[in-house]
Amino acid sequence: MAQSAYFPHTEEDVQAMLERIGVKDIDQLYADVPARYFRKHACKLPDALSEQEVRDFFTSLGSMDPKMKVFVGYGAYDHYTPSVIPYITSRSEFLTAYTPYQCEISQGTLRYIFEYQSMVCSLTGMDVSNASLYDGPTAAAEAMMMCIACTRKKTRVLLSEGLLPHVIAVVETYARFHGVEIGHVPVMGGRTCPNCLRAELSKGDVAGVIMPQINRFGLIEDHSGYAETIHASGALMVEYCDPSALAVLKTPGEWGADIAVGDGQPLGIPLCYGGPYLGFMAVRKDYMRKMPGRIVGQTVDKEGRRAFVLTLQAREQHIRREKATSNICSNESLMALWVTVYMSLMGPGGLREVNKLSYDGAHYLKEQLLSTGKFEDPFPGKPFLKEFVLKPREFPGLMQRNLEQAGYFAALETPEGYVNFCVTEKRTREEVDALVKIVREA
Amino acid sequence: MAKVEAGLRYSESHEWVRVEDGIAVIGVTDFAQKEMGDITYVDMPEEGDEVVKGEEFGALESVKASSDLYSPVSGKVVEVNTGLEDAPEAVNADAFAAWIIKVEMSDPSELDDLMDAEAYKAATE
Amino acid sequence: MKYYNELIFELSRKGRTGYSLPVNRFPAAEGLPEGLCRQSAPELPEVSEPDVVRHYTNLSQMNFGVDTGFYPLGSCTMKYNPKINEEIAAMPSFAGLHPLMHAGLTKGALEVYKGLNRALAEITGMYTFTFDPCAGAHGELTGLMIMRQYHMQRGDYGRRKVIVPDSAHGTNPASAAVCGLEVVEVKSLPDGRVDVDALKELLDDTVAGMMMTNPNTLGLFENRIGEIASLVHKCGGLMYYDGANMNPLMGVVRPGDMGFDIMHLNLHKTFSTPHGGGGPGSGPVGVAKKLEDCLGEIRVSGFHGNFGVILRAYAYILMLGRQNLAKVGEYSVLAANYVKECLKDVYKLPIDGPCKHEFVFDGLLDDGAREGVPGATTLDVAKRLLDYGFHAPTIYFPLLFHQALMIEPTETESKETLDRFIEVMRKIAAEAASDPAMLHDAPHSTPVSRPDETAAARNPILRYVMS
Repeated sequence: MAQSAYFPHTEEDVQAMLERIGVKDIDQLYADVPARYFRKHACKLPDALSEQEVRDFFTSLGSMDPKMKVFVGYGAYDHYTPSVIPYITSRSEFLTAYTPYQCEISQGTLRYIFEYQSMVCSLTGMDVSNASLYDGPTAAAEAMMMCIACTRKKTRVLLSEGLLPHVIAVVETYARFHGVEIGHVPVMGGRTCPNCLRAELSKGDVAGVIMPQINRFGLIEDHSGYAETIHASGALMVEYCDPSALAVLKTPGEWGADIAVGDGQPLGIPLCYGGPYLGFMAVRKDYMRKMPGRIVGQTVDKEGRRAFVLTLQAREQHIRREKATSNICSNESLMALWVTVYMSLMGPGGLREVNKLSYDGAHYLKEQLLSTGKFEDPFPGKPFLKEFVLKPREFPGLMQRNLEQAGYFAALETPEGYVNFCVTEKRTREEVDALVKIVREA
Repeated sequence: MAKVEAGLRYSESHEWVRVEDGIAVIGVTDFAQKEMGDITYVDMPEEGDEVVKGEEFGALESVKASSDLYSPVSGKVVEVNTGLEDAPEAVNADAFAAWIIKVEMSDPSELDDLMDAEAYKAATE
Repeated sequence: MKYYNELIFELSRKGRTGYSLPVNRFPAAEGLPEGLCRQSAPELPEVSEPDVVRHYTNLSQMNFGVDTGFYPLGSCTMKYNPKINEEIAAMPSFAGLHPLMHAGLTKGALEVYKGLNRALAEITGMYTFTFDPCAGAHGELTGLMIMRQYHMQRGDYGRRKVIVPDSAHGTNPASAAVCGLEVVEVKSLPDGRVDVDALKELLDDTVAGMMMTNPNTLGLFENRIGEIASLVHKCGGLMYYDGANMNPLMGVVRPGDMGFDIMHLNLHKTFSTPHGGGGPGSGPVGVAKKLEDCLGEIRVSGFHGNFGVILRAYAYILMLGRQNLAKVGEYSVLAANYVKECLKDVYKLPIDGPCKHEFVFDGLLDDGAREGVPGATTLDVAKRLLDYGFHAPTIYFPLLFHQALMIEPTETESKETLDRFIEVMRKIAAEAASDPAMLHDAPHSTPVSRPDETAAARNPILRYVMS
């Protein structure tokens, strides 16, 4: 068998290196490894495959599943990816670099992160963004810990039950180990219930409140007056939002939030079975020194040229160690480049159009589905953007199977017994009409 | 050589205390600012906060380091040097002029546990 | 590399577009209530597609990656990233899978998880892995949660301490603190290994476990690991393996066999997935059989972790196969020892003897310091390396040495590359001895010279504001 293409070593090279080190063979370099651990396990992995065989293997795995038209959202949205993005992000200089520790040869990475931060600030209406976090749910968990760090001595964080179940699950996991008590605020009449919120706040000790801008029913929540209520009790307000929708919706900044978090996936990142995505976080200036993650800042070099560096590093784990607010180091830098290129291509006009297409498509679909008589509308008249839930009058199993067989991934069941539908700009009117026909005939 | 100002009390963690009208004015020593290098941020408590002798009340930050500040006395913070928020370099320029907090002491006898200038000088040499 | 000074915002002209979307053929729905809409459009650039492509191409040319040149960044395992991995991760059949599709629609993806799980278990000696964590630090946090969960499930609530060697990665104490554990540091001996006697003093029924990386951050194998593991186990604690340094052990030694109960791997280090300028990574966590039940209680990411990264790592393992996987460890150790031996007469080697995949110098033997001119530091050496077309090693870590310079060459570098690096490192040592001032000003040939980091931190400018 030939040596792997990834190892450049010839036999002569190995010999020359061993001689220079002054050992007979490579095993001698492991002399300090106790014999009971050294090469004791007969590895049962298969032999090396050729590149062609590896490609064929994955192609055959990929072909096990039918290609589906996605009509479900619930935290992952099938928006269009312009071809420029993978082209740019696969450039080796971006792809094969690491964290920009050596700023003089990392100005490319540092600049796109600075652009990314600027765009996230603009979308959210906040002052300062970090360089990204892992995904939306972990960004919410980081926000939860940040609320605790910012308010000192308070130990409770409230979660709206309108947040997606997986967001709540992740925040609760982090909270349980971090020693934070979680309280829940139910959804009434399609939004996080203001009276329940006040009641929870009045129990005291609340460091922060995390609420969805678009809740798990797809409804856009009206948060008028929430900031005042929350701030009056000395807590921070966190908005969990969809950054694509923020191109048209009232921003967390405008609602009076202190922290905006969410998942960057709707900004042209492929579904890819859940990752890589990216978490974003933007905050008011008062809280920037408690924000987790890398931050890039602008400065000048010795010649006075504009240059960019990692900054405010005294917040981070490698300096603060156990006193850091977060342990994050690597984030999702390449995905930050992904969405930066996306936002550059789309601009304000493109994002508005994406939202308009999704909005009109979703409203058309909902109307058509209701016209089949097979659903009830649990939230009539409530505003939504690209996804919504309906209550099926019958067990939805048959309808789901028929949809699936026709190549539609739609009508995802939610814990409340509703079904979720979502329309993005990728869905055509023909597809929507065909879907409705299947439902009607089911 | 780091400057040590006579007449002040000093902690082992490099804070100084000057007592003015019964109020403890607290800063960091010239030795500490030299060790830190260019200070980029001073993290301070809020007015009204309680501080406890030997416990953290804030931190100094430089580009590559963070150093906690420990209160040399216990009591209530009555004033914070907000000027340092925008000009942390003042600590580098003159550590004894750039006070950080003023504390109404709950137990002035705690001052007796601190070093005088001579002892501090000896400790940092 | 040449300096390029635009930001995408500065290329913006009102009315330019860089997108192409289908015509809206849906009936126009009634608009949203005004009160739910933003007051003004977001400040995003308005640029054409060629503007975007040229701008980011220019930015890329101010960047240094593994494909550009030698990247001996210690503890980061900057090995070559095979291109077939990229092709597979981009296959539409995987990229189009919605994370909430049921198992019947995602058979291929589930096979990938199953296959990689089997392979990693085989390589590490762990029982099973969770793939939810998105990075190494995320894996560490998850692993510590599993550690606490294990004790809590047994009703053993008093275990809140985690022992960490003073040579540990900075993330270890931070992860422990986020997880609600108290960090207790154990000292290293002069030979760079954990002081087992000091460890014994720390062990009692408040200890949840111990975190170790082996080889440690000095690149030295903790040869008393068997004794350490049995001491920790005897007091009821668990052993955690920080997999950041797994590369030299690939196919040679298994953490599970050394007595570790929980570990994470960095797929972006050991398993060749690209570092992407700081992510996306993947930090799967492996556990011994007795901890399997703890996994279900812990949810650390939205869906199934970074599937795209997981695909790449699996492709890498299949490409290498059994025989070549063992070579990864061997060649990485060979390269590190070779570089160390060729440089230890000009750089200070605090602990001699065979290293594993990396080693640490404590600065120059002769830093050129003289009356009125301070000597060349590790930072100066690092910056000067950039002038010669190499990425710098990890500097000022581990904290055990003041002038730490941590070099990890990896198995994908040829002897010629290593020889060129050695030659340059020797040249820099000579420059330092004769003209340290010149090194203080390095780098001289990069797109920018040393930026003013103090100004950046004192007066943070963290976003562009369009005028």
